[in-house]
Amino acid sequence: MSDGNQPPVDFKVVGQRPIRPDGVDKVTGRAQFGADFHLPGMLTGRIKRSPHAHARIVSIDASAAEKLPGVKAIVTGVDLDVGAGGDIEAGEHAAAMKDVAANVLAGDKVFYQGHAVAAVAATSPEVAAEALDLIVVTYEILPHVIDVDEAMMPGAPVLHDDMYTKGVTPKPAKPSNVAQRHVMGRGDVKAAFASAGVVIEGRYTTAAVHQGYIEPHACVASWGADGQSTIWCSSQGQFLVRAMTARILNLPLSDLKVIPAEIGGGFGGKTTVYLEPVALALSRKCGRPVKLVMSREEVFLASGPTSGASMDIKLAATKDGKITAAEMELRYQAGAFAGSPVNLGCMTAFACYDVENLALVGLDVVSNRPKVAAYRAPGAPMAAFAVESAIDDLARKLDMDPIDLRILNAVKDGAKTVYGATVRYSAFIETLEAVKAHPHYKAKLKPGQARGVAAGFWFNIGGESSAAVHVDEDGGATVVSSNPDIGGSRASMAMMAAETLGLPIERVRCTIADTTSIGFSGSTGGSRVTFATGMAVVEAAQKVVADLKRRAAQTWECDIAHVEWRDGVATCLDPSKNVKPLSMKVLASKSAKTGGPIAAEVSLNAQGAAAGYGVHVCDLEIDAETGRTTVVRYTAAQDVGRAIHPAYVEGQLQGGAAQGVGWALNEEYVYNKQGLLDNASFLDYRMPVASDLPMIDTILVEAKPNPRHPYGAKGVGEVPIVPPLAAVSNAVSALVGKRMTALPLSPVSVLAAMGKG
Amino acid sequence: MSRTVVNAIVNGEPVAFLGGGGQSLLDALRDELRLTGTKEGCGTGDCGACSVIVDGRLVCACLMLAPEAEGKRIETIEGLADNGHLHPLQHQFLEQAALQCGFCTPGLLMASKALLDRNPDPTETEVRYWLAGNICRCTGYDKVVRAVMDAAADLRQEEKPR
Repeated sequence: MSDGNQPPVDFKVVGQRPIRPDGVDKVTGRAQFGADFHLPGMLTGRIKRSPHAHARIVSIDASAAEKLPGVKAIVTGVDLDVGAGGDIEAGEHAAAMKDVAANVLAGDKVFYQGHAVAAVAATSPEVAAEALDLIVVTYEILPHVIDVDEAMMPGAPVLHDDMYTKGVTPKPAKPSNVAQRHVMGRGDVKAAFASAGVVIEGRYTTAAVHQGYIEPHACVASWGADGQSTIWCSSQGQFLVRAMTARILNLPLSDLKVIPAEIGGGFGGKTTVYLEPVALALSRKCGRPVKLVMSREEVFLASGPTSGASMDIKLAATKDGKITAAEMELRYQAGAFAGSPVNLGCMTAFACYDVENLALVGLDVVSNRPKVAAYRAPGAPMAAFAVESAIDDLARKLDMDPIDLRILNAVKDGAKTVYGATVRYSAFIETLEAVKAHPHYKAKLKPGQARGVAAGFWFNIGGESSAAVHVDEDGGATVVSSNPDIGGSRASMAMMAAETLGLPIERVRCTIADTTSIGFSGSTGGSRVTFATGMAVVEAAQKVVADLKRRAAQTWECDIAHVEWRDGVATCLDPSKNVKPLSMKVLASKSAKTGGPIAAEVSLNAQGAAAGYGVHVCDLEIDAETGRTTVVRYTAAQDVGRAIHPAYVEGQLQGGAAQGVGWALNEEYVYNKQGLLDNASFLDYRMPVASDLPMIDTILVEAKPNPRHPYGAKGVGEVPIVPPLAAVSNAVSALVGKRMTALPLSPVSVLAAMGKG
Repeated sequence: MSRTVVNAIVNGEPVAFLGGGGQSLLDALRDELRLTGTKEGCGTGDCGACSVIVDGRLVCACLMLAPEAEGKRIETIEGLADNGHLHPLQHQFLEQAALQCGFCTPGLLMASKALLDRNPDPTETEVRYWLAGNICRCTGYDKVVRAVMDAAADLRQEEKPR
């Protein structure tokens, strides 16, 4: 879809749907993921974890385990050396390294069930398991708190006695579980409410949910006698794993090489370390390579999830539907350590709308749950659930079409966001209009069905990236990317290089380099890879083209200004020269005579990532007897800038929608009275399966290609998980005739809302 | 742990490996035979990443003990392509971009093969229910289901007498 205002584009590769360069490896079982790597002499590592929600570690006695034949190394928290700590930039957040270290192996306290306490490396899985049982940990059990609102109450067990709420003046007299209070806003909210034509209020909650990548965390670490070490692991950033592991073990970065494996899903959850420092500490103790792989239960207990949230929202609007003010308090679970994405929740909550008066408070609250990790648009889906539900209430109260109401309030280019950025290159209104024009939105509902609509926003980021383009001697090219390929980015990197070089896509391959083979890059996260690393790829390819033109000019003894590069061929435009065009193949074969190998590497700090907007429509039915909700039709529309590989962009929309439907309907961390997780398995933590979903239609809105990217790309991966929570809930609310305010909308809660509980 | 020699046919070739104790077929495939294309996502039979076909029946390799493979014919992802020629399912998964991270893909492909082996013309609903034991967190299943339906059509076309 195009609005016709853009210059006509005549791309040969960009916008096509070629087979991804790593495709065959991934359909034949050849692709090597985190747990697939094997070294001679490799040991099996296992981690001993806390059985308690909150306890002081009185002692750890590993003497019996050490004597077990086959046990080669045992480590505990004292084997880590994070020194002064400090923060490491981890994409969408800064990671406090003292907390990351205390999460990797506990210090003097355990803060949640599953918190790592000790680790062993042994000659077989059986010996490792036996050794774990022989490690005796004596605990002094402490009172625990799980719920975010309870954790804020006076008298709640305090997790960290040095946690004094930041962002509050004067500094509180006593420590509490509120790590930080974020405040943002503008205008005169009080006056706007006083003169409001309509006021909407609500309290909303969402449950903690896990990213749910199918590949558990896995790594192999090998310490060298000279102190030089190698880690093979599945992560969203080999440079991030290097930085965090080196900091936690106090190593120089140059002594640690991290080789990225294929990654079996991450969704933000693999932008930190859990196993790598432990595996390397074990390897350092015994001099042998150590493999650590989490079980699924460990993944649920000790990695991820994202915050559950509790939120109060109040909207003021005119009787025509113009939203004039909003107040919101967001209380997000951080898990055991500070660092929920509540600030991002505040920033994104009203980013779709032009609201003059805003007052937002975000509270980052610790409790005895695993430390939260980034999850696809961290912090935004929960906030959007509250905001988009309230806007749905407003549309019903005013009897307005929900899309018309959103168009009336939508941000336009030039508007200021509450966090200070100016809106640019946005196609939110075009996306809303595209949904309105789509057959789904016009289709009549069958009896017993209802339709929900909701919108969502994500910033998308740029940042530091590196890439190289090497011209092979036969005139093909290799792209060296610095980012793990989590969902097809090799394809988009190769396509942008092919487009720039003028080569067919089949002549360009893409590889992912280790930390020693390419310049630094931020992680695969923040929807940044196609934008930022893609920009580095294109700039490297442009340098190669400039070099090829120079070589052609040198060959022809003409001015470089007279050399044209098109479709992989140099042509001489100087009429006085009677020369044949020079193909990439010929130029590459003669490179030794024109200056040597042809290659370029570019490292940059990409600016100008444009935000993305999504609008989802969900039709569903409810089984009146069981309360089970079935989504029968779903359409996801998104402002994508320009889709480099449209099939993988559609895939992002479809996958994000499916995760969001799971978040809305099924998924939650269920704790018992002892503060222990009752559903740490895929059987009991139920993610959507194929029979739970319909086809997911997509609308790629390409009305506003991003002018800051050579091919117009915007990030696309995170936006699609923001709208579904409210899209689903708005439809359920319409069907049951009552505003649903607590996710997940399990059959039990739906039956209760229908008066059948 | 006492271990015994297990003889089986894996992807058409006779193999022998040491299996025993609580070792699963999945661990034997991955650790003894180094066939790491079969993945472990849960170890409890809930995700389907370890789907293999044993004597024509779709099983989760994590739920079968290694010694139970004695005398059995086992098909894994490594045997799906025929001498380097992709199976129509593999071809369609690539054509339709039916994978993102690719971790669940081997299991989905083996489960889909087991479906098409017994039902060459499944409806969308049949595909969705058959694949309900294979969790994919990336794709939302849309492109997966389309790829399986189209591969089924390709296979029917191949088998038509000319």
